[in-house]
Amino acid sequence: MAIIAHQIAPAGRVYFGDYAKTFIRYKPSGHAVIGLSLQQSTVVFWAALPRYIVAWIALSFGAAMTTLPNRSLASGNGEFTLDPHCPPSFRLAADNRCSLRHSYQLYESLQDRGVGGLKTALPEARDGFSPQQIDLGRLLFFDPILSADHSLSCATCHNPAQGFSDGMGRGRGINGSIQQRSAPTLWNSGFLSLFFWDARATSLEQQAKSPLFSLNEMGNTPANLLASMQQSPAYQELFTQAFPEHPQALSIKHILTALSAFQSSLISLNSRYDQYAHGYHQALNEQELEGLNIFRSFVARCSQCHTPPLFTNQQIAVIGTPEPSNLPRDIGAEKTFNASVLRGGFKVPTLRNIANTGPYMHSGRFSTLREATEFYNKGRGHAVDKEEQLLLHWHISEPNLTAQEIDRLVDFMHTLTDESLMPTTPQHVPSGLPLMHRENHHGQQ
Amino acid sequence: MDNSKRSGLTIALLVFFALSVFIAGWYVGQNKHQPPTITPSLGGASYSGGYRPSNEVIPQGNSAVNTRTKSGNVHVVEPGGSIQKMVERAQPGDTIQVMPGTYSETVYIDKDDIHLVGVILAGERATLDGLGKLNDAILYSGNNIIIENFKITAYKGNGIMSQAGNNFEIRNNIIIDTGIYGIFPQLGKNGLIEHNVVSGIADAAIYVGMSDNIHVAYNEVFDSVAGIEIENSRHAIVEHNHTHHNTGGILAFITPGLPVKDTYDVIIRNNFILDNNTENFGAPGSTVAGIPAGTGILVMAADDVIIEGNIISNNKTAGILITDHANAENLTLDLDSDPNADRAMILDNVMINNGYDTIDVIRAFALTELHTGNIDIFQIGPSQDSCIINRHRYHAVGIGDFSECTFNNTDNIDNYLIAGGAEPRVIAPSERGEIAYLGICAGCHSYTGRLIGPPVQLIQAMYKDNPEGLAAYINAPIKRQPNYPPMPAQNYLDTETQLAVAHYILQVGP
Repeated sequence: MAIIAHQIAPAGRVYFGDYAKTFIRYKPSGHAVIGLSLQQSTVVFWAALPRYIVAWIALSFGAAMTTLPNRSLASGNGEFTLDPHCPPSFRLAADNRCSLRHSYQLYESLQDRGVGGLKTALPEARDGFSPQQIDLGRLLFFDPILSADHSLSCATCHNPAQGFSDGMGRGRGINGSIQQRSAPTLWNSGFLSLFFWDARATSLEQQAKSPLFSLNEMGNTPANLLASMQQSPAYQELFTQAFPEHPQALSIKHILTALSAFQSSLISLNSRYDQYAHGYHQALNEQELEGLNIFRSFVARCSQCHTPPLFTNQQIAVIGTPEPSNLPRDIGAEKTFNASVLRGGFKVPTLRNIANTGPYMHSGRFSTLREATEFYNKGRGHAVDKEEQLLLHWHISEPNLTAQEIDRLVDFMHTLTDESLMPTTPQHVPSGLPLMHRENHHGQQ
Repeated sequence: MDNSKRSGLTIALLVFFALSVFIAGWYVGQNKHQPPTITPSLGGASYSGGYRPSNEVIPQGNSAVNTRTKSGNVHVVEPGGSIQKMVERAQPGDTIQVMPGTYSETVYIDKDDIHLVGVILAGERATLDGLGKLNDAILYSGNNIIIENFKITAYKGNGIMSQAGNNFEIRNNIIIDTGIYGIFPQLGKNGLIEHNVVSGIADAAIYVGMSDNIHVAYNEVFDSVAGIEIENSRHAIVEHNHTHHNTGGILAFITPGLPVKDTYDVIIRNNFILDNNTENFGAPGSTVAGIPAGTGILVMAADDVIIEGNIISNNKTAGILITDHANAENLTLDLDSDPNADRAMILDNVMINNGYDTIDVIRAFALTELHTGNIDIFQIGPSQDSCIINRHRYHAVGIGDFSECTFNNTDNIDNYLIAGGAEPRVIAPSERGEIAYLGICAGCHSYTGRLIGPPVQLIQAMYKDNPEGLAAYINAPIKRQPNYPPMPAQNYLDTETQLAVAHYILQVGP
């Protein structure tokens, strides 16, 4: 019978280095074989109190004997079991749905719009997926089987190690094709109601379709994707686990549902900024506080569009950033809404985890946060050709910030980093294909 | 041009001329022969719409902050001292008194229930001076904040700004030349702005943005682009203000492209709106940059706006200007905002000498109604279910569709403030504990398996019946298990939450 590996090797977490290679092996019957060995039992000699010693031995042993690990199980011969537990920040309800719980639920927001100040509710989030659907989405997310030539997965352009982006201005799709715009972070995407830079999708499911079936992204077709998935016995089984009530569990619709379920689980709300917002004022140092005050001041006006607590107001803004050299102006939301007043307009992106998701702006024109911030200080329309007609946003002004003030803004934006609820990257994916996103080193290019 | 075309054109012109004369005759005849409907100024029905609190508590009193049940500490700041340092020291419930003198700093209040009070001695005020370098004078995000009796000058951004603070009172401040906005509450609920004198502001002297239940009264605003602005807000009353020598006096409108989408239920009454003819010096691209100089009241796309009892005089473009988005310039597209100003209600106002030197587009549109000369009221764009009383008193354009209002006063509405303050959500400790556990702890601890930290089962055994001990550990962890990484201190959680999460952890199941 299969040896089951407990996958506990997430990427990119501070504490994880030592554990990345840790495997606890179980017999499928549930009896411990190896792994909980001498190393852990030595704990008893270090524990301070006898009570702890007893508890420790009993429970660490018991845990190994009786319980399932709470991440999905991958076996060497293609047998997979989906995690029956919700990811962190979600509560499992009796109907096997995961409902989101987070600290901003302690607050309200005006008109329930999810914008405001420090102690303000977030926008309503997508939740209610089952743990199995979320876990299946995780496996799909990392599986190159989704692309036409099995060369890339979602994680190629939304790499957990790169803030669920790819470190590139304009990413590379299938056959190395260069994308029009940069890959946005997926952190907190469950709170969004508009997707893509040009706001052309209004749900996670609708969004997920686009890269899958775009010729220069993953290059797949619904028929081809379904055919290749159906050849995988593992996926047949996993979709049945995730969608038990459906006779045709493996379908494009359910692929989109599972991907959406996984994306909705990417919660980043434990930054130092959040600690400050909830009332722990020592969380930010003097420079960062100065940055916060510049950020929300009406001179810089950052918070007017990058409004807490999501750090986006989810509106379209025409700000007139320069395009990469030799490229024409990207018309952005003009196309989506067929409205010339939105020419060059893009959805205001969240600033959460912004320090990890450079380069910046829709085409990655600015490589550093400082450059991106300086853009706003260089004058209204300074990067717009004279013959170009753009209805620039009213908050694009001439704040005349000092160099020090720009530094403080950058300091503040670094406090929005939190990846403490990073999902686990699977060691293997059900298709048996090798993980592809690790092959990318484009952040260093 | 050949002859046939020329004769065709001549015929078309003749038909147009004849039609114009016919319409003009009909119009003039209509006006001449219809006796005016005269509604008495006194007595009569009151407005029956407007904000009603859901809990049926009748709003009363003129207080927006919660009544303090016990008095906190009073901290006194002397000249040379730092107001901000005192704010950091103060606890919710405390009062900070600032003695007369000059203070050059940005004061930010990210805590609740602080009363920041300037002390006025023989006319001398505590003065916040931005020296033309500092961004904002006072920023706050807390609830139940009072800011009063200050003089604020020479800041680059705002005088007093809030983001999402509820239950606030901003009173008796003199604000001179502070950049973009003098007083700017945003995304808040239940606020009182009264007895302030604000001048020399490049956008709005008093700007209520994306807020609910606001009362703006007894302020004097002048020498600014906009006097008082109610933007993307609901349940606001603007009364007894003196707004003069601005570009526009009082504005109620929707800016498209903001996250809160509408403005409705606004009462503008008993204000003096005089001589607002100052040349527009708003920043290019700003919403107010498009206001024509000489606008008394501007209503753009806002619904349910009542204009009553104001003295509106000597505003050269129009006394009252009502427009939809389509007839305004430089606005972005927002499919979620209704572009029309519906249900405008104009009750008795004293209007003298307005629209005597109006702008070309208004003059041109007035001509289509064969109107020349002064313009007290100008309305353009669709405006459903709007009404007016005693329309014969005014020089009015574009109100042909307005019906007679069925009421003539708003006397039954004192204010839209919420008695006792807008209550924050009441959170049960168990909910607080669950949220902290799932949102923070579960990132490292699962019930049985090993994540980053030890399993919850183990923690439960260790701290059985000892939530206080577990809370203390959460606050200041000591590394005990050699093969787990040290736990970061969760000391940013307040003690109540630490204890709540400890209780939660000790009872949670798999």
